[in-house]
Formats: sequence, structure tokens, C-alpha cells
Amino acid sequence: MATDGLHENETLASLKSEAESLKGKLEEERAKLHDVELHQVAERVEALGQFVMKTRRTLKGHGNKVLCMDWCKDKRRIVSSSQDGKVIVWDSFTTNKEHAVTMPCTWVMACAYAPSGCAIACGGLDNKCSVYPLTFDKNENMAAKKKSVAMHTNYLSACSFTNSDMQILTASGDGTCALWDVESGQLLQSFHGHGADVLCLDLAPSETGNTFVSGGCDKKAMVWDMRSGQCVQAFETHESDINSVRYYPSGDAFASGSDDATCRLYDLRADREVAIYSKESIIFGASSVDFSLSGRLLFAGYNDYTINVWDVLKGSRVSILFGHENRVSTLRVSPDGTAFCSGSWDHTLRAQPQALLLEVALPGLEPSDRPGPSAPVNLRGRARTTCKTTCSGIKMGPVSQKLPKPAFQSTLFK
Amino acid sequence: MSTLWPAAELDYAIYLAKKNIRKRGGLFDHEKEHYDQLHRKISHTWDLVVMQAREQLWAAKQRRKGDRLVIACQEQTYWLVNRPPPGVPSVLEQGPERNSCTAGRVQMTKTVDFYRREVECLRKALGRARVKSSVCLEAYLKFSSQRGPHDPIMSGCLPSNPWVTDNDTYWAMNAPSAAVPTRLRVEQWAFSFRELLEDPVGRAHFMDFLRKEFSAENLSFWEACEELRHGGQAQVPALVDAVYQQFLAPGAARWVNIDSRTMERTLVGLGRPHRHVLDDAQLHIYMLMKKDSYPRFLKSDLYKDLLAEAVVPPETKRRVFPFMRKPRHSSPSPALLPASASREPSGGDGEA
Repeated sequence: MATDGLHENETLASLKSEAESLKGKLEEERAKLHDVELHQVAERVEALGQFVMKTRRTLKGHGNKVLCMDWCKDKRRIVSSSQDGKVIVWDSFTTNKEHAVTMPCTWVMACAYAPSGCAIACGGLDNKCSVYPLTFDKNENMAAKKKSVAMHTNYLSACSFTNSDMQILTASGDGTCALWDVESGQLLQSFHGHGADVLCLDLAPSETGNTFVSGGCDKKAMVWDMRSGQCVQAFETHESDINSVRYYPSGDAFASGSDDATCRLYDLRADREVAIYSKESIIFGASSVDFSLSGRLLFAGYNDYTINVWDVLKGSRVSILFGHENRVSTLRVSPDGTAFCSGSWDHTLRAQPQALLLEVALPGLEPSDRPGPSAPVNLRGRARTTCKTTCSGIKMGPVSQKLPKPAFQSTLFK
Repeated sequence: MSTLWPAAELDYAIYLAKKNIRKRGGLFDHEKEHYDQLHRKISHTWDLVVMQAREQLWAAKQRRKGDRLVIACQEQTYWLVNRPPPGVPSVLEQGPERNSCTAGRVQMTKTVDFYRREVECLRKALGRARVKSSVCLEAYLKFSSQRGPHDPIMSGCLPSNPWVTDNDTYWAMNAPSAAVPTRLRVEQWAFSFRELLEDPVGRAHFMDFLRKEFSAENLSFWEACEELRHGGQAQVPALVDAVYQQFLAPGAARWVNIDSRTMERTLVGLGRPHRHVLDDAQLHIYMLMKKDSYPRFLKSDLYKDLLAEAVVPPETKRRVFPFMRKPRHSSPSPALLPASASREPSGGDGEA
């Protein structure tokens, strides 16, 4: 027995060091073909003009933090889920609520609309993913027809239907992703490889339709083969949890948003990170990202209540959108790209399309709400402490490195 | 944010000590409790705590009054948030704790299996073929410039963006089964084979074209394989058999031409049918259509006529008098459609 244990430890240590050395070699290989940076290539491209977007619809009805949302293929309906267990289906064009379900658990962190528009899937702290067929029959209780499909051993963080209503892909806090048959609840394939909670996933728009990408608390983004369950590619350049991943419309790349306050673009053919979207003034994590239809714009919602719009090619920020009164938790562009919808912990969802290319004042905003280097700290009940003050003797370190103690501590303390 | 800075006990002790000194014992009840608790826990270094508290108070006196007030406010709020008084809901309620499954029980990253998998994945990754960055990045430029006019947020859309003008004509004109597709839509079919197939109208026209060339069974076979791949698990054996009978069996009614090696492999796999058993054959036929029929389709009169007949809707300006708001039409939910319409494996068919 003792020798078995020793043998295992040796294998573990040697495997670990082998993994480290392979990682080093992989980085070297990846660097060999990296002959130019994206912003250099993008110098030829015309800069984008001033972008102004207005909130066109505000969907109020959730009594608590909105955690997730998804568009229906009809380009106007959406499903959203919130902390108090409510899942609502809206026609966001008319702002009417069409269906509402109360889940038996709180923190419904994942929801998805079926491609046919006839069902929704959702899950969260119940460790399951359930599918509800949508019915307009007044005599039917939606909760009665609920089908429990996925079972994980920890919270459900993301779910998505594949090309049809019959299969669901899920990601969970137990560190795995899984593919399920909706009708029978059978596990079709499981995906192991993340070293910590998996927080997000996205299906690839490809000809063979066989891969998806996932991001997790182990700072890794991994691309999987749905058929074999194997990890095809992995990227580990973020410095903190990856909250959101989304494919570039061509399927050749994907973007990720992370708690390290950056969004990054990874190219699958070059097999490396090719762009970082960050600014020194952005210190709050990005919770969700999505591309516009042409892939030129990247919309990212942050925990500092704003949405930044990035020029994907040039790497610069094109616009910053205010309007939410708490952190932005979810953001999706509509299927035809006419608008995007953001959901927030302030209990609302907002749909914002392109307005006109003019200076238009954004509605309902007070100057004191805008973050800025000289703004005094706003203490009206918001958890915005210790940020951005220029009082003498205070230094703010960048979030991603070893953090200094809270700024108001005396520097005399050793 | 401060969620990344654990509010350390020592810092809290110093804060309470400062407050105690300043207010000469005027702490709140819960603060008094914490103070006593901490005093017991770190009694060995309590001198340090008190000394540090005194230093900080003295340093604060050296600052300008404005700065002092702001810092004091910040500090107070910081501790209000991180050590909330009893009964107050935590502002920092973050949801389920991340990484909770690695605490306590065996950590995921410490097993042999985990590292074996990682090593295998890395070995495979080392062997993969990579493309030069310049080539990949150029592709983005090309993609964005080609798609720019099709991106409503970048270039607007005709007749108007429904969200801006409350007019949903745009959706009606671009409905999945619209009779006359718009020009932009027909142009998009030329961007890639995948996008042609993803559009129900495009796919239908492509099918017409294939019929003229007597190779429509290729597309039908591909569609049947899609249904298998994305269908329910219970239907797999029946579907595999149906596809075999119709497309692959010798003398089949709609026999598809697959190379002998793929056919051999497929026939062997049919012995134990699963949803991916036809993947190889499907890919072969897909590439055949993509490399052969698709380019001919784009050069055909059929396609050219479609382009010429395609609609370019005139722009609808925003209303000058916004208070005369157009009523926003509701639309039937896709969930109301008859069940048969919802069985299409790919491409949504929700009506606008």
C-alpha cells in the first residue's frame, strides 16, 4: 500500500512538471508564427466615427438582480432570469411579458431560448438545467411540464441549446461541461479539463458545427470537440476568472471577458491571443461580451455599471454607455444585429440599437454618476469605496497585481 | 473591486481601535462585540494594534481637513460593506461562491487524471498546424469590411431599425420565409456556403438549382444527416436506418456518390448506429457541394436573376413629431406555430 502511494506521488509530481515544460514549449511554438500585431494590420482601416447609442426599451418586471438573458431567433423575444428564481419571457419590442415561471431555486444564472422558439431552458443553484415548453394555454401551468435535463454536482453557470431543441450544452461550477439529450435527460458527452468552476460557454458557428469554447475560474479558455469530448485548444493568458466567452462571427476567433478588467481576442488558426482590450481607467471586471454582426464592434458589460464598446480591429474604445444603476451581468446582441440587450443587477434589462451618428444626450444621467479621476467618491449607499480619489498620499495599485492594502491605511505600517 | 481584497481581521481591529480612541468608547453594539472578540483573538499583538491606530490618527491630523473627511468616509463605508451591522442585507452578495468545490474535498487540480489529461492535450496542441498571424489578422479586416454594410449597428438598415422607429417592416421583409428576399440578403449567400445553407430561402433556391443539375439528393442527404446529428437520442437507430435505405444502400432511390473508402467506413459503423456514424459521409458530400455545386450556383442565371429581382427597401425616416408614436405591433410567438413547423433541425423559423 505504501509503495502504491509513493508511486502515485511520483507520477503526480512528474506529470505536473511535464505539463509545465510542455506549456513552455507550446508558448515558444505559438510565438514563432507571430509576425505582426493586430493594431499594426488595422492601421489601414478607417477609424470609426462617433458612436452614440440610446436605450430604446427598458424591461422592468424582475424583482431582483437580472443574471442572464438570451434572444429568440425571431429577433424580438427574449428570456431573462434573475436572483429570486423568476424566469420571464418578453416580447421586448412591445415590452410585454408573455410567460413567467418561478424556479424552485434562487440565483438562476443560466437561461437559453430554444432555436424553435417553443421552449426555454434555465438553471442555477439547483445544479440542474430544466427545459420548459412554452405554452399559451391558460389552463396549463408551465411549471407542470418542466423537464429536468442536466444534473451537475454544483451550480449551473451557463446553458445553450445546440442546433436544435433536442440537445443542450451546460457548464457548471463543478468544473465540467456536458452535452445532454433533452428528451431522455441522457448524458451524451462530458468535458473534463478545467481546474475550477466553468463560468461560460459559446457554440462555434462552423460548417461542421462540432466545437464550443468555455471559460472558467482557472483563467483558461478551452475549445472542445463535442463529438469526442477532448479539449482541442486551450488558452491561459487571463489573470483572473473568465466570465464570458463569445465567438467572432466568422468562427475563427473568440473574445473573452474577465475579472482582470480586460477583454481579449484569441485566434484559433494562429492558436494565440491576438488582442487585449483594456484601459488603465477600467479596473472592474468584465462580466459579459458580444460582437456586433460584422465583428467590428465588441460590446462588453462591466461590474462598474458601464458598457464599453471596443473597436475590435484597432483595439481602442469607441464608446462608453451608462444607464444601468448596478453591475451589468449579461449582454447579448440580437440575432439580426439590430440591437443589443443588457441585463443588470439593478433589476432591469435595456435594449440599445444604433441611433443616429450625432451627439445625442444620453437620458437620465447626472454628472456625479460618471466615474472620473476628479470625481469625489459617491457614497450614497453604493459599494463604491476606495476607487479613484486624488487625495494626496493615496496610491491606487492596478487590480491585477498583488493588491496593496486599502488605501486609507497609513504607509507607516510595516 | 474591493471584492478582491479580503477585509483582514487586523485591519478591522485597527479601525475599531481608532474609532474607540477617537470617540472615547462610543462604538456601536455590534462593533463593541467585534472589538472584544478581536481583542481576545489577537491579544498577543494588541499593543501593535493600538500603536498602529495611534499612528494613523496622528498621520490623519497632518492631512488637510478635506482629505481627512473623505478618507474617513471611505473607511467607514468600507467597513459598513465588509462588516455589515446585523440585519442589514449584504451589499456584496455575490452569488454562489466560486471555487467552493475545490475547498475541503480533494482539489480538482491535484489528481493524476487531471494532469494526465492536461499533458495529453498539450502534446496534441504542440503538434497542431498553425497559421501565420498576418494571414489570420488580414482575414478579420476582410471579414469586417465585407460584412460592414450588413451590420445594422454599423450601417443602419433599410427601411429602418425597428427599435428606433417602432416600425417592424424590416423584420417582415427579412422573415425566414419571405417571398422576395432583400438585396443584402441575396448578396450574403455569396459570402460563404454555410450562410447560404443557413438561410431557408437561400437553401430552397440552391435546392432548385441542384434539381436542375440532377444532384438534389446531395443536399437532401446532408439535411437528413443534420437531423440525425441534432435530433433526439431515441430517434437515432430509426433515422440511421432510414438514411441508409434512402441514400446509401445499393440501388437506393436517391443514391449519393461517396468515395469508396468513406463508404466502407460508414457501412462498418452502421453496425452500431450512433448519431455521429454518418459524419464522414456527410462531410464528404458537404465538401462536394461546396467546391463544385456552390460556385456554379453563384455563377448561374438563377442566382443572377435573384440578385436582380431582390428588393432594396426605401429608407423610412424617423418621425418628425415623436409624440405621434406608431403603435408597436405585437407578433405571434413562435411557440404558437403548429408542432410540425418547429422540427427543422437548423435555422430558426420564428416569424417576425
